[in-house]
Amino acid sequence: MNGKKKSLIHILLVLWSITNIFPIYFMLTFSLKNNEEIFGENVLGLPRHWIWANYESALNTGNMALYFVNSLFVTAAAIGISIIAAMMATYALTRIKWKMSKLTNAMFMLGLTIPLQASIVPLYVVLSKLHWLNKYTTLIVPYSAFTLSMSILICTGFMVDIPYDLDEAATIDGCGLYGIFFKIIMPLMKPALSTVGIYAYLQCWNEFMFANCFISDSKHRTLPVGIKELSGTYTTEWGPIGAALVIATFPTLIAYVALSSKIRDSFIAGAVKG
Amino acid sequence: MERDKSALQQKRKKDLNKGLTVFVFLLPGLLLFVSVLIAPIVVSLYTSMLDWNGFTQGTFIGLANFQELFTSGSINFWGALKNSLLLALFSVFIQLPLALLLALILGRKPKGERAYLTIFFMPVLISTVVIGQLWLKIYNPDYGLLNRFLELVHLEGWKHIWVGEEETALGSIIVPTIWQYVGYHMLLMYAGVKGVSTDLREAAMLDGATKWQTDRYIVIPIIKPIIRVSVIFAVTGSLKSYDLIRILTNGGPFESTEVPSTLIENMLFLRNRYGMGSTITVMLIALCFAFALLISAAFKEKDN
Repeated sequence: MNGKKKSLIHILLVLWSITNIFPIYFMLTFSLKNNEEIFGENVLGLPRHWIWANYESALNTGNMALYFVNSLFVTAAAIGISIIAAMMATYALTRIKWKMSKLTNAMFMLGLTIPLQASIVPLYVVLSKLHWLNKYTTLIVPYSAFTLSMSILICTGFMVDIPYDLDEAATIDGCGLYGIFFKIIMPLMKPALSTVGIYAYLQCWNEFMFANCFISDSKHRTLPVGIKELSGTYTTEWGPIGAALVIATFPTLIAYVALSSKIRDSFIAGAVKG
Repeated sequence: MERDKSALQQKRKKDLNKGLTVFVFLLPGLLLFVSVLIAPIVVSLYTSMLDWNGFTQGTFIGLANFQELFTSGSINFWGALKNSLLLALFSVFIQLPLALLLALILGRKPKGERAYLTIFFMPVLISTVVIGQLWLKIYNPDYGLLNRFLELVHLEGWKHIWVGEEETALGSIIVPTIWQYVGYHMLLMYAGVKGVSTDLREAAMLDGATKWQTDRYIVIPIIKPIIRVSVIFAVTGSLKSYDLIRILTNGGPFESTEVPSTLIENMLFLRNRYGMGSTITVMLIALCFAFALLISAAFKEKDN
């Protein structure tokens, strides 16, 4: 192939890489700068003076430490509930034969198309009448419900790959349906856990709309809403905002560096099979 | 006779047991799903026909909300819909072709394939709120990178208060939205491209096809189902857009960048019009399903 075309392709790849990496580089560097550097001559370079105090103000004054813990707790709980509910439902849908299983599965799959927005108004009314706004569970329950469809879809992909002979052999050995689930299926579903978990993590960790509408007190705020509030208070100082953005993003990026192909697989599993 | 009866009884008992087991296993999922998704939608269908402030009983007014939504200028539903459809248009005709191009290129195993793949997918993982904040720093009228760059290259006339002017606000939302999710669509298409057997490619090349011809006539037709999924995601995703708009423009200036989702929130928190909020919700769900079906149908039509 002629070299001209080839180099053109490489230029395109490099250019797009730069536009993809640049915001992260920009965020990391300005989180460590003071206003003079950001607004002055050193917009794009590495920080001349590393202002770690930005992180201190973000974590303490800006409450990012609390929001981080909140996000962690809400996300972990939602993932846990979603995985348990999905595993159980998938087992009933794929490994037990009954009449309405196809229809029930189709109903769960509707959840892939239903937008989050669908529940905002009714949930808000019910939650405020029950005085259930501004709690951790206000977010945990909807998050686990909205990740459920995808979790079931991914679990199904893994569970139908487990040979059905195993169930039969276990039945002959006197194992009941519960026994098969706990002793045979669960241990073999370990690979599915990470795929489902990663997908659910990203959905919950980054969720903004429910958190913005349902949580108004700062005690239960999660990171995305916390960042929005912080940028309202630190309008003139960019450093602490940069620090907050880094705090909210680094767990994801570290996980990505460690598990990048696994993370990509979980997205492909979700979309291609759907 | 006797034996048949007991066998039948035993079978019944077994069936009952099985039914009970199925129910137990489905219970947590069903509880979550019905209480958070199904029930709210059913309730919304009803409350969309109420004149209701959320606290009192509300009065049944039939389809009057829908009528107001389509005809009244004070809610600006058409404007919101137009904005999200514009976003969809740009997604389908700029974002997806770019994603397809990148996927095809990476499918040819260039040097650094894995590194590029890793980099291109990175923006997808970052919270849209973080992305929005970063772009606010780019758009900042005084110190933002964009205006400073324009100063540097002596194009002062092109400077704008990007998110604050009606002419540029929507564009300022469309650019980061498209930018963020190119990697997502690229990944889906790349997975498809990788699934095309090498034998098929080699056979085409032996017949004298160039790489582009192979991509055009062999690879793209094979990954069509994935392209369909991407188009559906891009369009429904645009209809549902919310995060970046709340962060970048908050629907302004002068409500010029509202989308259906921000309207719903406004009805709840600014106007206390819960009935109308449900009406917009119902419209949004209907539009998402309608577009998903329409796009699927369009792809089928093309196949025939």
